[in-house]
Formats: sequence, structure tokens, C-alpha cells
Amino acid sequence: MIFRARLDLPLERDGSGRFLPWIVALMVYLASLALAGTLVVRDAVMRWDRGLSGTLTVELPAASAGIRDDGAVASALRILRSTPGVVRADPFDAERTAELLAPWLGTNVDTADLPLPRLIDVQIEPHLEVDLGALAQQLAAAVPGAQLDDHRRWLSRVLRAALAIEIVAGVIVALVGLAAVTAVIFATRTGLAVHQGIVEVLHLIGARDGYIARQFEQHALRLGIKGGLVGLVLAIVTIAGMAAATRVGALDDAARVLPALRAPAIEWVLLVLLPLAAGLIAMLTARITVLRALKRLP
Amino acid sequence: MVRFENVGMRYGAGPEILRDITFRLEPGSFHFLTGSSGAGKSSLLKLMYLAERPSRGLISLFDREIATTPRRDMPGLRRKIGVVFQDFRLIDHLSAFDNAALPLRVAGVDEAQIKEHVTELLSWVGLGDRLNAKPPTLSGGQQQRVAIARAVIRRPSLLLADEPTGNVDEDLALRLMRLFEELNKLGTTLVIATHNQSLVGRFDHPSLHLSNGELRVERAPNRSPA
Repeated sequence: MIFRARLDLPLERDGSGRFLPWIVALMVYLASLALAGTLVVRDAVMRWDRGLSGTLTVELPAASAGIRDDGAVASALRILRSTPGVVRADPFDAERTAELLAPWLGTNVDTADLPLPRLIDVQIEPHLEVDLGALAQQLAAAVPGAQLDDHRRWLSRVLRAALAIEIVAGVIVALVGLAAVTAVIFATRTGLAVHQGIVEVLHLIGARDGYIARQFEQHALRLGIKGGLVGLVLAIVTIAGMAAATRVGALDDAARVLPALRAPAIEWVLLVLLPLAAGLIAMLTARITVLRALKRLP
Repeated sequence: MVRFENVGMRYGAGPEILRDITFRLEPGSFHFLTGSSGAGKSSLLKLMYLAERPSRGLISLFDREIATTPRRDMPGLRRKIGVVFQDFRLIDHLSAFDNAALPLRVAGVDEAQIKEHVTELLSWVGLGDRLNAKPPTLSGGQQQRVAIARAVIRRPSLLLADEPTGNVDEDLALRLMRLFEELNKLGTTLVIATHNQSLVGRFDHPSLHLSNGELRVERAPNRSPA
């Protein structure tokens, strides 16, 4: 409907809004990437948080290269399994340890030759208070150098980093929105100047300010949505390309420790709404700009 | 209907081009507005169709003081006024039909009614076969008739025309004047600005004569209409 509305002002034919769809496309593209980044990071942090809540890791100091200190592991397991609230305690086998180190050392390294610490994965009853301080002391007494890690320190750092990413993304989206609003204001003012004569005629034959503003806002809405759709398509192509690259391992090894590009489907709907938001922002900006300009007429 | 009291007008910091203008137009009256070029005819009309504000004095239209009328009420007043601009001010990308229909559209009139009224009026002014023509493809006289059709389409209470017969031949000028007289008989108050004294002389209507920014009301020459 809005793409076929009749306009008294020939806004489609002048150059005032020619570049507006491309500017909006660029803005929506950048905003989409920023928003997608935020969604992915938030999802990854939530998954890590869920995965780590109720889990502990016991780290036993490394024996000399090539020596397996199974006695220390057995002592630690005895203490853990006899502690109230511990549901499960399993030592990491060599295969799982190698898997963890693969992003840094590659897959062709024999970890048996390395002085690696032994790790024990512990699951505790989530709603039960376990005295972690006492447990850590017991472990250290049985196996000197043993450490108990409840992941809180690491997770709090990750949460802070995720929050920083979200703030930066929010600032980018805000700046992008501000730039789009400025572009619409200039395009609308140019349109008003180009069609000043027609605007005056409409005003003098009794058109209300809202009638004249509607002409500009419909035009801005059309351009905003058109540009927004172009930006969204480009962003989807970019995100899909990055997701495919992480899946096939085209990125370097370091990139493999990055979170997978995924977020709940409902949150991706936010991205699809961006062109509509761009159109509505353009429409509202054009309306306010025209109404303010018309107030100067008698 | 229209009341001016000690109205003065100047553009910016320039000299006063209208001075102490005082007159009153009764409903259903017909006046010519005469004066040499640059006498201020167009400026006086602009004050009357609310395109300009006076520098001083009081203007009252339809029993409302313009200075104290809220801005939101101004479109309602303007819709009671029909204006034929000297330079027509048609919208080039719209057809003759859409130009003439504009006052009805801004007032939110139903499209079926618009089609009926506009087609009938344009046919009456001899443009029945040029409904879809754009103004740049029309002759000066045809454009003038579209401009007049746009001004009268809503049967305004007050019709202001700035040199409405300036671009047409004598026959068409008389025909348009007859249209104005018909509107006047139906109750529309008319002010026709012209410097064509022979046209003024053909009709039995009083004149508002502007000279050096001052207004003088002249009685009708007491002749029968041509």
C-alpha cells in the first residue's frame, strides 16, 4: 500500500532522497552486524554459565613428563566422592585432555610426553551448599598443590567482557541510528527546499501541516524500508558466510575458540525487524522535520 | 466578510508598500482591485489569502481577527478562500484533473465526488478533453482555466483572483468574467485584481484602487454588464 500511495509532491523524481536508501542500507548493515555480535556473545555466555553452574574442576599438579601419577588422582577422587553434595567426580582421560589442547597445540601432538596437570571434572548438587573452602583444604592436604576451581573468577571476567561488547554494540547502533536520522533530516530539508513552491500552494489552499508532512513521511518510510532490506540482506549474507567459515574451519586455529555463531531463533527476529525500524525512524524524522519547517509559514 | 483597519505592510526592513489600508467587503460583494504595476495589488491579495502577515493594523476575515486566530484554525479559514494566482502556480507533475481536485483532496472529500465535480467543472471551462494533460503541455490560457477551476472547485466564500484574464483573449476573458459573476450570484464574495481598465469599465462593480500604497474605494461606473 505505502509503495503505491499517490503523492502531490514529486519526491520520487528529485535527487533529495536518491542516496538515502544506500545510507540507510549501510546503517542497517552495520547495526545488524553489531546486533548479531551481541546476540551471539550473549548466547555463548549464557551457555557457558549454564554449563558451568554446579560444576567444579580440580587441578592436580603435573608430574614429570611421561609419568602418570594415578595415586594422586585416586586420593582426590576418594575425598571428592565422600563429600556430601558431590554428585559425580570423573578424571579427564588423555583423549579429552588432548581435545582441550587441540586449538593451541594441534591434533598431532602426543600429550603423554608432556608434563600436563591432571584434571577432575566434578558435578555438585546445584541447590546444596558445599563448603568449597574446606574441600579445597582437604584436597591440598592429600595432594600438595591441588587446586579447586569453581570457574566463578573466569566466568565473571567473561561476563564483564560480554557486557563491554554489548555496550560497544549498543553505542554503535545508537551512532548508526543518529547518522541515519541526520541523513533523513538533510534529505527532507532538501526536499522541502526543492518543492517549496508546491508546499506553499498546498498550504495556501488549506492543507493542514499533517497533510503535507504525510507526503514526506510516506516517501521517507518507503526509502527507509527499501534501504533497510538491502542492508539486512547484505548482513545476512555476511553472517551466513562467517558461520559457514567457522563450521568448515576456514578460519585459523585461534578462531576455533570463539563461540559458534548461534542464538535463539526469537532473537534473530530482532534483526529482521531492523528494516522496519529504519523505515519508522526515517518516517518519524521526516514528519518532525517538516512540521517544524511548516511552523515558519504564516 | 473582509475587514482591514489601518493595515500597513512592509517586506523585511524595506519601505512600507501598503499604508493605512482601511476597507470592508460585505458578503456577496464584487470588487475590482486596480492600480498600476507595483502599486501593491498582489501584496494586498496576499494579506487577504493569508500568505503574509501585516506589519501593523487589524485584519478580520469571516468575522475572525487573524492576529488572534490560533494556527490550527487557519487551514479552515483558507479553505473558504479560493485564489487564482497571477502565475497560476499549477503543479507540473499532476494532471489538469489532479490540479483542480487538489483543494477537495486536502479537505478529505470522497474520491467519487471529486471525480464528478472536477470533470464537470473542467468540461465547463472547455477542458473536458484535456483532463489528463500535464500543465507544461497546456497553453497559457488553458493553464489559466485550470487555475481558475482549482480556485472555484470548492465554491469558496471569498474568491481572490490576481490578473485572471491576463493571458487569455477577449472572448475567453469575458467568458471567465461571466463565470465569476455566476459565482458571485451564488453568494461568493469576489475581488479581481486587474490593470485592464477596459475590462473594469464593462462591468458594474466598484473598485478598490491602489496608488502609492494607499487605497481608495471607487464606485461602480453604472454600466450594464457586457
